[in-house]
Amino acid sequence: MATTADRDAAAQGKFRVLGTRPVRHDGIEKVTGAARYGADMLLPGTLHGKVLRSPYAHARIRSIDTSKAEAMPGVRAVATSADFPIIQNREVNFAQSLQNPRLMAENDLADKKVLYKGHAVAAVVATSPHEAEEALNLIEVDYEVLPTVLGWREAMKENPVLLHDTLTERMTVSRADPGEDTGKPGNVASHLQLKLGDVEQGFSEADVIIEREYNTQTVHQGYIEPFACTAQWMPEGRLTIWTSTQGIFGVRGNVAAILDIPESMIKVVPMEIGGGFGGKGTGYLEPVAAVLSRKTGQPVKMVMSRKEVFEGTGPSSGSFIRCKIGAKNDGTFTAAQLYMVYEAGAYPGSPMAGGATSGLSAYKLEHALVDGYDVVCNKPKTAAYRAPGHPQVCFAVESCIDELAQMLDMDPMDLRIKNVAQEGDRATTGVPHAHVGLREVMEAIKAHPHYNAPLGGPNRARGVATGYRLNGGGSGSSATINVLANGTVNVTTGSMDLSGTRVAVAMQVAEVLGLSAEDVTPQVVDTDSVGWTGGSGGSRITFDTGRAAIAAAQLAIDQMRDRAALLWELEQDDVEFVDGNFVSKKNPEDRFTFRELAGRLMATGGPVTCSAMDTQGGVGGALAGNIFDVEVDPETGKVDIIRATAFLDIGQAAHPSYVEGQMQGGTLQGIGWALNEEYFFSEDGVMANSSLLDYRMPTTLDLPMIDCEIIEYANPRHPYGLRGAGEHPIIAPLPALGNAVSRAINQRVYTLPITPGSVLESINERDANGS
Amino acid sequence: MPKVHVQTNINGTDMDFLCEARQSLLEVLRDVLGMTGTKEGCNDGNCGACTVILDGRIVDSCCVLGVEAQGRTITTIEGVASPEGLHPLQQAFLEEAALQCGICTPGFIVAAKSLLDREPDADEGRIRHWLAGNLCRCTGYDKIIRAVLSAEDIAAGRGDRSAASTGAGAGAADQRDVYND
Amino acid sequence: MRDFEYVAPTTIDEAVRLMAESGNRAKALAGGTDVIVQLRGGRFDIDRLVDMKKIPELNEMSYSEADGLTVGAAVPCHRIYEDATVQEQYPGLVDAAFLIGGIQIQGRATLGGNLCNSSPSGDTIPALMALGGTCDIAGPNGRRSLPVEDFCTGPGRNVLQDGEILVGLNFPSPKANSGAAFLRFIPRNEMDIAIANAAASVVLDDSKENIVSARIAVGAVAPTPMMATAAADGLAGKAASEESIEAAGEAAKAVASPINDMRGTVTQRVHLVGVLTKRALRTAISRAKGE
Repeated sequence: MATTADRDAAAQGKFRVLGTRPVRHDGIEKVTGAARYGADMLLPGTLHGKVLRSPYAHARIRSIDTSKAEAMPGVRAVATSADFPIIQNREVNFAQSLQNPRLMAENDLADKKVLYKGHAVAAVVATSPHEAEEALNLIEVDYEVLPTVLGWREAMKENPVLLHDTLTERMTVSRADPGEDTGKPGNVASHLQLKLGDVEQGFSEADVIIEREYNTQTVHQGYIEPFACTAQWMPEGRLTIWTSTQGIFGVRGNVAAILDIPESMIKVVPMEIGGGFGGKGTGYLEPVAAVLSRKTGQPVKMVMSRKEVFEGTGPSSGSFIRCKIGAKNDGTFTAAQLYMVYEAGAYPGSPMAGGATSGLSAYKLEHALVDGYDVVCNKPKTAAYRAPGHPQVCFAVESCIDELAQMLDMDPMDLRIKNVAQEGDRATTGVPHAHVGLREVMEAIKAHPHYNAPLGGPNRARGVATGYRLNGGGSGSSATINVLANGTVNVTTGSMDLSGTRVAVAMQVAEVLGLSAEDVTPQVVDTDSVGWTGGSGGSRITFDTGRAAIAAAQLAIDQMRDRAALLWELEQDDVEFVDGNFVSKKNPEDRFTFRELAGRLMATGGPVTCSAMDTQGGVGGALAGNIFDVEVDPETGKVDIIRATAFLDIGQAAHPSYVEGQMQGGTLQGIGWALNEEYFFSEDGVMANSSLLDYRMPTTLDLPMIDCEIIEYANPRHPYGLRGAGEHPIIAPLPALGNAVSRAINQRVYTLPITPGSVLESINERDANGS
Repeated sequence: MPKVHVQTNINGTDMDFLCEARQSLLEVLRDVLGMTGTKEGCNDGNCGACTVILDGRIVDSCCVLGVEAQGRTITTIEGVASPEGLHPLQQAFLEEAALQCGICTPGFIVAAKSLLDREPDADEGRIRHWLAGNLCRCTGYDKIIRAVLSAEDIAAGRGDRSAASTGAGAGAADQRDVYND
Repeated sequence: MRDFEYVAPTTIDEAVRLMAESGNRAKALAGGTDVIVQLRGGRFDIDRLVDMKKIPELNEMSYSEADGLTVGAAVPCHRIYEDATVQEQYPGLVDAAFLIGGIQIQGRATLGGNLCNSSPSGDTIPALMALGGTCDIAGPNGRRSLPVEDFCTGPGRNVLQDGEILVGLNFPSPKANSGAAFLRFIPRNEMDIAIANAAASVVLDDSKENIVSARIAVGAVAPTPMMATAAADGLAGKAASEESIEAAGEAAKAVASPINDMRGTVTQRVHLVGVLTKRALRTAISRAKGE
């Protein structure tokens, strides 16, 4: 395999492999079409399943008659929620949200009620996908249509229509805490309150107070690969599932719970994943395909259409956020307060808590108060989306800070730097910040040539913002190292590769073993072939799975030291591993290269295979940022992005190209969220734009090149200093673009997306007010 | 409805297949012929993941019927590399890290191949315009555009000039002025 | 979607017979970029799909000074904008053919199909109208022809009767000192449906300072694309000035009767009709002047 020039490492000299840009190991399969994704699986005898979905956003299911569909030639079986044992014998527990398998099952096939347009109601399996689809029209569902609770406003009004008869509000004071049931019925699932100091006192000390309200809409992750899986239920009860997912062990657990069978009977085989961004942490089709396979005795494949992806899978929350900040005339914050409402969709569990804990945490605040509400409404149950919950709250906070900077006549980065949190300062959670490079990122933004470059034309302005996220994680990763006789190494993990994590993990192994990246072959394997591994999310794979692989590699070194000791008739402690060589401490002339010793393993006791698991977590928080130059067409309201720069503290870049890729890709998604993307619902809760034509994701012509500034402020919790790269880059584009457009039209933007129509309205409002 | 017998040429090989009239060329490639390199992203002509070359023009194979392949010549991603090795575009996509999840990659490579076959020196603006029918959700397009520029250089035996095109994205802006006001 | 019969006639008569036999259970296929997607989406249910691409006359594109430009209904967009004569004589048509979909769509989509789809926001239709295009229609009762502006009768509806097919479009030769332009407004920069679109063609006098006549058509602001006749007629005899353009742009808004939907609001669309008409006129005048 060709290796790209070693340009970064040469400049830096700290590492041999980390910081270089080798070609990814799974690349050739992906550029030739050989790589197999979820829908590329086709076993002999495969049948095809399709899902019937609710045409109504809110209705009671009186009855389902599947007899006509079952009688159609080509149709082999039909499934409904009655086929899910968990729905019959498990209590609803709203506090667990979709961790509660009963609710998960209901989301996969509705029980007594449909709670959003597109909610799965039944499924048909037939000999071809077209036949299955035709048969859906023959299923007769008798619905009692109920009034639609279209969003948080309707959900939280007095005497609202209720989605769940037994849902009561929980009060919680920390993200991890399930909280106390207040017994108050409604559509509010939980209220999280975080407090630092006394916010009233803080505001009383302020010279200036700004308080503004912000709105964002429901948006989708927009992965290009729709959900797809194949299930094969063997007669003796063993179930194999081939699927495109962010977490094979998560799928195994969910399917086991919903179908009430032991995990030991299920093997989940990962296919390549065509994008997930958090949205493929949870499957929807697997339990349904499994039931259909059990009923037919044949493998069943299910693939969603794009419309089903929009209507029937989890998007991210629409939100309403009120942000209040008090400051001294010199810019020092005295207090900050957030009131945040996040739409959870049909079942509790919006990413509100993530936003609540991170929203203000980049800043040093003695007094802060955050009230967050998780609210159900008749929209698809939300799922994670890249830095879940953060872009919404960051849009509010960073827009508010920008406006405050204008009020104080301060440079917006100076205002941030003045208030930046340092190691030991308490985040809004009350937990002191660990080793974080917040100031370093802010100073890098301010020092970047883009920050002060001429704008180069009329109707242009520059916007800047930062985005903090305290990465989740700690769910654990396993890795196995196999040393081959030719001195190369296989590293086996259970971490689905969404973005180039195979190469990033392999490079860490190569760094440990003194090998080249090409000498390490990474494999992602099924649930029977590797130790338990949490899903690929929380920006944790390069960090957690990397650390597990490093630990396994170190075990391999120890075993190989034993072998060298055996050959030299020494003890293990007498052999050291230096610069890729095993060297005798007793006689430095005695040495093996890694390859030489690998070739002698069979003769010294057999092959070396070592496994390790890492459950410590610790990927930690980090800051990202963006600068955008925009040009606004004053006649049409169209916003064009003229120049874009992304910033991220990555601790230490494993593979800089894939770090840049995360920064550029996150920036793209943030741009889409900021400017054009939204679910457009009719009054009765039907998504009107459920296609890639009208759900407007950015095209090649909507973006300039995206320059990247990687900041490396080492993370002490990783042997090589790595932090996470995946999520932060989506956060700051929302406020940075809002700030840019606000400055370009001299009128503040408080609502996303900033469509041409909304910009025209803002311009008209400005002109009407004569400002 | 009886299936239709279709004779066609795919990646230089004459072949025939049976399909239903309602099956798209994309379905035929993937489900009938087992050529799963061509991907489905939207099934309505809005993402380009299913791009193939049909009689010399790129098309979304989801918007072509299998029966329409009768007597036509088709190139898919499986026909881009040769036994001698990767196409310069494939090489450049690897070296420039122009893919993350990789699901859109076959469509981008087929579309870009068609551009380079007719305009071997296309500039950034032209490349962006040509590839606007291909959606990528992972990369922000930056590295894809650089990879296409780099492939032009590899094909022409020039040094890599992809790194020289940075920053202000003037190419994209120019293209908009020309074509889209 | 249910399966259907696929037929590919090679003559107009055969195509008409096949279409007539199945009445409203038949659909014509040209580029397929609309009809295949609509079939899949359940917009209609058919027994027979009649592929028009094997009929030589529907694939022809020819130009003469006497007869103008004839474009067969199955000619894909790329053939139109890549044609040197069309580029020279009908830049307004190039504008339209060049901005439909992406390159993949342009490899298949046709002007004829775009017109027969009869979407209010159909991206080429105002251009065809502004250029004075006529439709050549064949049916069980023989051939007929009518101006493009009389073709669409409502969203997704047009004058074609069961058994009738669109054979092609004809555009008169451009007059001396004439120019045309088409543009649309979309939130993204590609791959989008117009919130509004507008086309204009103008004929200037020999001094190239005054407008002799003009045609203006706008789309996505009414159930069908509309001629803005009063706005265009008001330009006749006026100076080719910013003042005249401004007045025409304002006047064009009068024909707009749009709806609020996910793509745009009434206010926005009416406003954009004015903006786009003015921009189209500026380009058309500039082209008429040979700039």
